[in-house]
Amino acid sequence: MTVLCFAELDGDGVLDSSVRALGLGQTLATSSGGGLAAVAFGTVSERAVGMLAEFGVTDLHVVETDELTGYAPAAWGRAIAGLIPIVAAGTVIAAATDHGSEILAQVGAITGLDVVANCVSASPDPDGGCRVVRYRWAGNLLEDAVLSARPALLTVATDVPLPSAGSGDPPAVHRHRPELSAADLLVQAVESRAGSGGISLATARVVVGGGRGVGSAEGFAVLEELAGLIGAAVGVSRVVTSEGWRPHRQQVGQTGTRIAPELYLACGISGAIQHLAGCQAAKHVIAINTDAGAPIMARADYAVIGDLHEVVPALVAALRARP
Amino acid sequence: MEILVCVKRVPTVGGRILLTEDGQQVDTRMSGFTISPHEECAVEEGVRIAEKLSGHVTVLTLGPPEAADQVRDGLALGAHQGVLLETDGSDWGPMATADAIASFARAGAFDLLLFGNEAADTGDYQVPVRVGHLLGLPWLTGIKQLEVKQERIVARREYRGTEEAFDVPLPAVVSVKEGINLPRYPSLPGRLRAKRAVIERIEPSRRAEGVRTLGLRLPEREERRARVLGSGASGVAALVGVLEELGVLP
Repeated sequence: MTVLCFAELDGDGVLDSSVRALGLGQTLATSSGGGLAAVAFGTVSERAVGMLAEFGVTDLHVVETDELTGYAPAAWGRAIAGLIPIVAAGTVIAAATDHGSEILAQVGAITGLDVVANCVSASPDPDGGCRVVRYRWAGNLLEDAVLSARPALLTVATDVPLPSAGSGDPPAVHRHRPELSAADLLVQAVESRAGSGGISLATARVVVGGGRGVGSAEGFAVLEELAGLIGAAVGVSRVVTSEGWRPHRQQVGQTGTRIAPELYLACGISGAIQHLAGCQAAKHVIAINTDAGAPIMARADYAVIGDLHEVVPALVAALRARP
Repeated sequence: MEILVCVKRVPTVGGRILLTEDGQQVDTRMSGFTISPHEECAVEEGVRIAEKLSGHVTVLTLGPPEAADQVRDGLALGAHQGVLLETDGSDWGPMATADAIASFARAGAFDLLLFGNEAADTGDYQVPVRVGHLLGLPWLTGIKQLEVKQERIVARREYRGTEEAFDVPLPAVVSVKEGINLPRYPSLPGRLRAKRAVIERIEPSRRAEGVRTLGLRLPEREERRARVLGSGASGVAALVGVLEELGVLP
């Protein structure tokens, strides 16, 4: 049975999260003796086709419609549901991005099938179903489960390992023209470039984080100063936005932004699991905290024990004094 | 304007998750219960819209009898009516949950159904989409800005640096994300009203689902132990050394 993967395009390539999902798809296809197919929307560049080949895709289905002007989640879900019988899909997967998650939920709604979200692995179950491990609590907990519904619909956690690229032949390209109803076309996005100022939190190389220990909106001045000095973005924990000290777009965590910097300098942050879920991809963590027993210490490489309002100004002064 | 806000009771989890001995549940003996931050914002958004357009907000949850607490929390914030789709406390998946909510909503003539984006515990990202599909209504997820205009809504979100704006007719299903608003704290009169309110209890029928949980486990994580560089300002010299070593200084 074929594994069909929704491939999200990113510029002229395939989105990193989709490549990761293809890795899970290829493993599943190999272990169940099936092929790996991909479905994409719009114009698929030569580079994207090349990437799909490298990650084991043998058949690419390109959805074409004249009726859609922008991203249309209900219609895209309808198109993928329509492909299931055409490609004899035993499994349909998508990266658990906002787009991938909602589209696969729509496929599940149309077909009346279960969707298992945020899988980190999947393999055929001896009893004919699909055995999965998936995230709960944004990766702070793992669930082992068996999915008996066929085809199996899975979203793949966006931080599963990147598969290594092979040298596959270019996939056969098929055109798919879905049958869409007026209801499918009702929801279409008008897309525009989002206005963003300063260094993007999601892609910053260094993030200076502030939590409850900052104590007030004014308390952030010293963290802003440090961030400006070393070219870092400022991130905050949930309590900071709940108190209205900082806008929500600066929030790091399960319900905020996921960051992946070289260094996360966490100041006055105790480290609730919801916050840690947003910074677990940080390569290095340094904590500045009054409490040596705070949960953040179990995730940090280095720590300075003390009040950030003493340590950070001293750090700023020391950095300014460097030759 | 009839508004339905759906929330889910989840354990309050802070520093770490504890599991029951059989590994089937999160151990909640030492923790309380709450709803996800996205859902707190859904309640707030519903109440704000109702205040502006003299609407009526019903807050609903599906769960055990104790989940009435989470409905009362919504009433304390300004919702007018509470509904509990009462279960025996076992976990209902997104398909069964959506079926039960859609059955209730079908009878209610709601103009706007609000959800929080994925639930904090399972993160399924499905119930609003499935409810929208079952009711034949347009659905939107991940919404960070919502404007209600006559018989339509304009909703916006950001996805990978692109703003996506949607303009859809009501009735509609919208799931929101934290950041759409800053939820208020419940007032004392609100709390008292919520405490006295009668919550409608309905026993929903349960649709069979194809997912069977075998067990839960904590991920094996490399436990780091922070190397302490010093206390207070006396740790700064060593800290600068580490920053230089990591190559993160300009």
